Amino acid sequence: MPYLTQMSVEVAAAPGRRRRVVVFGVLLAALVVAAFASLAIGTRTNPPSEVFAMLGGDREDAAGLIWDLRVPRTLVGLMVGVALGAAGAVAQQVTRNPLADPGLIGVASGAAFAVASAVALFDLTGPYSSVWFAFAGAAAAGAVAYGVGGRGRGGATPAKLALAGVAVSALLDAATGALVLSDPEALSRYRSWAVGSLTGRDTGQAWQFVPFVAAGLVLAFVMSPRFNALALGDDAATALGAQAGTTRALGALAVVLLTGTAVAAAGPVVFLGLAVPHIVGAFTGPDARLLIPASAIGGAVLLLSADVVGRVVARPTEVEVGVVTAFLGAPFLIALVKIGKLREHAR
Amino acid sequence: MTATASPGNRAPEGTVKERSKGRAPGAFKGRGGGRVHATVRFAAGPVGFALRLRVLLTCVLLLALAFAALIASLAMGDYELPWSDVVTGLFNAGPEDAELVVHELRLPRALVAIMVGFALGLAGAVFQAVTRNPLAGPDIVGITAGAGAGAVVAILAGGVGTGVSATYGPVPLGALVGAVTTGLVVYFLAFRQGTITGYGFVLVGIAANGMLVAFTRWALARVDIDAATRATAWLTGSLENRDYTQVRWMALGLLLLVPPLVALVRPYRMLQFGDDIATGLGVPTRAARTALLLVGTCLAALATACAGPVVFVALAAPQIARGLAGTAEIPLFTAGFAGAVVVGGADLLARTAFPETVPVGIVTGLIGAPYLLWFLGRANKVGRGG
Repeated sequence: MPYLTQMSVEVAAAPGRRRRVVVFGVLLAALVVAAFASLAIGTRTNPPSEVFAMLGGDREDAAGLIWDLRVPRTLVGLMVGVALGAAGAVAQQVTRNPLADPGLIGVASGAAFAVASAVALFDLTGPYSSVWFAFAGAAAAGAVAYGVGGRGRGGATPAKLALAGVAVSALLDAATGALVLSDPEALSRYRSWAVGSLTGRDTGQAWQFVPFVAAGLVLAFVMSPRFNALALGDDAATALGAQAGTTRALGALAVVLLTGTAVAAAGPVVFLGLAVPHIVGAFTGPDARLLIPASAIGGAVLLLSADVVGRVVARPTEVEVGVVTAFLGAPFLIALVKIGKLREHAR
Repeated sequence: MTATASPGNRAPEGTVKERSKGRAPGAFKGRGGGRVHATVRFAAGPVGFALRLRVLLTCVLLLALAFAALIASLAMGDYELPWSDVVTGLFNAGPEDAELVVHELRLPRALVAIMVGFALGLAGAVFQAVTRNPLAGPDIVGITAGAGAGAVVAILAGGVGTGVSATYGPVPLGALVGAVTTGLVVYFLAFRQGTITGYGFVLVGIAANGMLVAFTRWALARVDIDAATRATAWLTGSLENRDYTQVRWMALGLLLLVPPLVALVRPYRMLQFGDDIATGLGVPTRAARTALLLVGTCLAALATACAGPVVFVALAAPQIARGLAGTAEIPLFTAGFAGAVVVGGADLLARTAFPETVPVGIVTGLIGAPYLLWFLGRANKVGRGG
C-alpha cells in the first residue's frame, strides 16, 4: 500500500500537458517583461509608449539611446542568460551531479586565465580583443578536463569528469592568481572583468556570439532525449541506444560552446547556470526535454532582470550584473530548499 | 585472543565472503594490480577491532612525509642551514643564528602549514562523506567564501597597513567571523522540518557561496589598486610571516575539534553507506550529520582564518587518501594526514622552488591539481577511478 501511494504521488507530480503550458507560458511572459524593462529602464527611464515610438524610429532624438545602447545590451544579456541556463542544465545531466555548474569542467577558469594572460602577456587592452582568447581558453580547458576524465575504464563517468574538471579549474585559477598578483595592470583589468558586466556592448559584437549560442542550444535540445536515458545509468542508457560515452562527449561540447560564449561576452556569471536548473526544475520536473529549454528561458529572465535591477539600485552608478544575479538568484534557491520544493531530481 | 589475516577487499560488504575463503594469509592479487590488502582482526570476547594494514601503512607513510616536509622546511630557504645546525638549533644548543632562524622564522610557519593542511583534509573528508559528493567541500558551500568576504571587509576597512600579508588583528578575525557566520547561517537556513539533509545543506551553501563571491568581486573592483592587491594576495592563501600566535590558535582549535571527531568516527563511516544502511546499523543519522557538519565547518573556518583560502586541499586530500589507502570509503584521519603533507610540501616549494616566495595557495593549485589529474588518469587506467 505505501508503494501505491508513492506511485500516485509521483504520477501526480509529473508535469502534464496543461502544467507544461503553464510553466512555459509564465516563463515566456516573464522573459518578455524582463526584455521590455531592459529596453525601457536605465539612467533615463522611458514609459512604454515612448519605447515603442523609439523602436519604430519616430523619435530621432532618442533613437541613439535605444539602438546603440539598450538593444545590444539586451541582446547580449538574452544570449548570455540563455546560454548559461541551458549549459547548467546540460552540465548537471552529463555529470549526473546536482552541484555541476557550467564552470565545472574548467570552462570558466580557462576563459578567465586566457583573459588575464591576454592582458598580462600580450598587452591586449581593448574590451573585445579578449573575447576570442576567452573562447579559446574555455575550449582548451574543457578539452583537457574531458581528456583526463574520459580516460580508462567506463570513459567519462560522472565522478571522474567532475573531479577532473575541478582539478583543471584549480590549476588555472592558481595560474590566474599568479599572473594578476605579479602585474597590477592585469589585476586592474581582470578584477573589473571578473565581476561580470553587460555594459558597453554594441550590436556587431552581439551578433558575433549568435552562431555559437545557436549551435550549443541546438546540440543541447537534440541530445535531450539521450540525457534522459543517461539519467537511468550508463548501462540502461546504452541499452536504450544512447551510447553513454558519446552522449557525454556531445553534452560536454554543448557546455563548452554555451559557457565559452557566455563567459567571453559577460565575464564569469556562472552562479546562474548552477541555480537556474534547480529553480525551474522544481516546476518542470527532471525531464531533460523540458528542463533544458525551461532553464534557458529562466536563465535569460534572471540575467535580464538582474541587469535592470543593477541599473537602478545604486543610481547614478551601476551594480554589475554578476553581483545582482547572485543576490537575486540565491535567496530564490534558499527559499526553494526551505519550502521543500526541491527533490533530488537532478541526481 | 585470536588474530586472523584475511586477504583484503575494498568494499565492506565483501568482508564475509573474503573471510570464508581467506584462511591462508599472504599476498593477494587484487584489482589494484598485485598490491597486498590484508586485514588483521583481533577479537577477545565482545571486544574486537580490525586493522587494515594498507590503511595503517598509508598513515605511517603520510606522517613520515609530513615530518620530512617539516624538517626540510627548517633547513631550506634563503639562508641554508646545515642539518646539524637544524637539530641543535631545535634544541637550543646550536649557533645563535640557527636558533633564531629555526625557532623564530621557520618552525612556526612549518607548524602552521601542517596544522592547516590537517584541518583542511579533515574538513574535506567530513563534507564529502556526509554529503556523499566528492565536490562538496568547504570551498563550495560558502565557508571559504565567507572567510574571504570577512577578510576583504577587514582589509578594505583599513585593517592592514602597508604589508602585503595580513596576519594580525582584524583580518584573521574578520575571516573567522565570516566563515563561522556563513556556516551557521547556511546550517540554520538548510534546516527543514527539524532535520537537515546533506543535499539541502549543500544547495543553501552554494547559494551563500554565490552571493559572497559576488560581493567580494564587487568590492575588489571598487577599491584602489593597492588595497585590491593586498586583498587578492590574502585571497590566494599565504603563510607569510606566521608566528607562534597562529601556532597557538591552530593548536588550540585542533585540540577542541579533533576529540569530537574521534568520537564521531563510527557514524562518519556508516553515513557513507547512505542513510538507510546507517540507520539500520544503529546510527542516529540526523544528530550525527548535524554534529559532523558543525565540526567540519569549524575546522575549515579555523584553517582559512589562519592561512587564507588555500584552495583545493579539502577537495584533493580525501581523494588522495582514498586512493592510497585503497578503501571504498574516505578514511578520515588518513585524509587529514594527506592534507598536512599537501600543505606542508606546498609551502616548502612556495618558499624554495621559485625565484621569489609565492603564496602557498598558488602552489597547491599549480602542483596539487596536475597531481590529482595524473592520479585520476592513472587510477582510471587500472579501473579504480571514480
